Amino acid sequence: MADVKQAPVLRLKDVAKTFVTPHGNVRAVEPVTLDIRQGEFISIIGPSGCGKSTLMNIVGGLIEDYEGSVEVDGIQVRGCHKEVGMVFQEESAFPWRTALNNVTFPMEAAGITKEERVQRAMELLHLVGLDGFENRFPAELSGGMRQRIAIARTLAFRPRILLMDEPFAALDEQTRLLLGDKVLQIQQELNQTTMLITHNIAEAVQLSDRVLIMSFRPGRIKRVVEIDLPHPRSSKMMGGERFGQLVAAIWEDLREEASKGLQELERVRG
Amino acid sequence: MARTMASTRLTLPPLLIRFLVIAGLVGLWEIASGSGWINAFTAPAPSSVWKGFEKIVAEGGLGEAMAITFATALMSAAIGAVFGIASGYILHIWKAAGEAYTSWLAALASAPLVLLYPLFLVIFGRNMWTIVAMGALGCTPPIALKAKEGLDGVKPVLLNVGRTFNLTPKQQFWMIMFPASLPSIFTGIRIGLLFAIINVVGVEFLVNVGGLGQLIANLGDRFDYPQMYAGIFFVILVSVAFFWITEKLEKWLLSNT
Repeated sequence: MADVKQAPVLRLKDVAKTFVTPHGNVRAVEPVTLDIRQGEFISIIGPSGCGKSTLMNIVGGLIEDYEGSVEVDGIQVRGCHKEVGMVFQEESAFPWRTALNNVTFPMEAAGITKEERVQRAMELLHLVGLDGFENRFPAELSGGMRQRIAIARTLAFRPRILLMDEPFAALDEQTRLLLGDKVLQIQQELNQTTMLITHNIAEAVQLSDRVLIMSFRPGRIKRVVEIDLPHPRSSKMMGGERFGQLVAAIWEDLREEASKGLQELERVRG
Repeated sequence: MARTMASTRLTLPPLLIRFLVIAGLVGLWEIASGSGWINAFTAPAPSSVWKGFEKIVAEGGLGEAMAITFATALMSAAIGAVFGIASGYILHIWKAAGEAYTSWLAALASAPLVLLYPLFLVIFGRNMWTIVAMGALGCTPPIALKAKEGLDGVKPVLLNVGRTFNLTPKQQFWMIMFPASLPSIFTGIRIGLLFAIINVVGVEFLVNVGGLGQLIANLGDRFDYPQMYAGIFFVILVSVAFFWITEKLEKWLLSNT
């Protein structure tokens, strides 16, 4: 669990984004100010199109043209940064590389010796529960295993901040729960500062120290919910009373925004 | 046991069918040629072609002809692959050029470029380089087209992975774009090889500067059809060898990028 007295490892100051399109300007994200402490796990939840992935891409450096500033350890960064690693929603394991060679990838690019990168990759594969699958290609593994390769590969870069953009979205519910447990275990073992984008309220409550609820477009932080469930956590606590209260409280705020999102979707399609 | 039987049932019939169909066609050809249904002189029976094989091997010249055709086609394919992949890359990064020239390139890929051989004879003279140039010309357009298609089709998420790992543009190309588009590039190389071999053997046949094409032309001129068919079989053998090499090269590249 995060130490509240620590200085923030990641700071967003009035980060906002407007997309210029042929149909006019679209304000995707209203100014967001946010501090994340070392070892903290925060989730951003909001309706489709609220700008949460845009916010993630700004922090990850994939969007460089934005208003405001992003600081890592007090230093302003713009663009991709070695201290920030990303796990994507889409399958991103390289199909031409084995699980081991996927994980060694960022170390190869950084010029780390083969011996060291193989050793570190084996440790990470063990951490994500893929022992014995080092020499398998992604096509030979399940969706959940492929996503664990992507997580291990990102961790191989030793980022201070791990960003995960709906990494479990394409997985079935049971795999999603088990993988959530695994991510939580890894996060606590490494004291990894993590920022998760999700649509799933239960997932956000299970994993996070704080859940940030975003409004429908233009996205802004509507409310921050502190998750006071005890650590260590697992999916077993999902049946608990407090868990249910937190899910209900988040849904209460999210419902209105999700309705706006649905209406907008129906208007566009209609 | 049940599983073994099931898999036997699944794999044996296609194999049997494959050999039975070939054996049936060869048998039919033997009967048709032997009984005079088809002209035994222009379409000699397989047994005569087999004797042609023995003769063509024993009389010499086959090994040299095969080596010339193989080396020429290999050089053509290598030059075509270099120019094709480079052209595909340029058309991929220079979007306007890609839109302007892709359809022309597709038209060029399906055009009978072998007809340009007199022009190349004038440029390079009556030697092996004319044949190499003709082969390279034939295989460059399909390789360029498929390379562009492969590079265009690289999933953006894979490129974003590279960006988040701070890859240099060179690393981004060699570690992500190139291996991700290799299946498409190799489809282009396979199609290109086909055109290269057609052009190489075709021009060898036309300008008589060596290789299997010239051997087949000479045998045809001598009306030695059994040996000529045997020569054609060796052209097919060269093709098969190329496809085998291509497959191995693709696997090797994929496991080393």
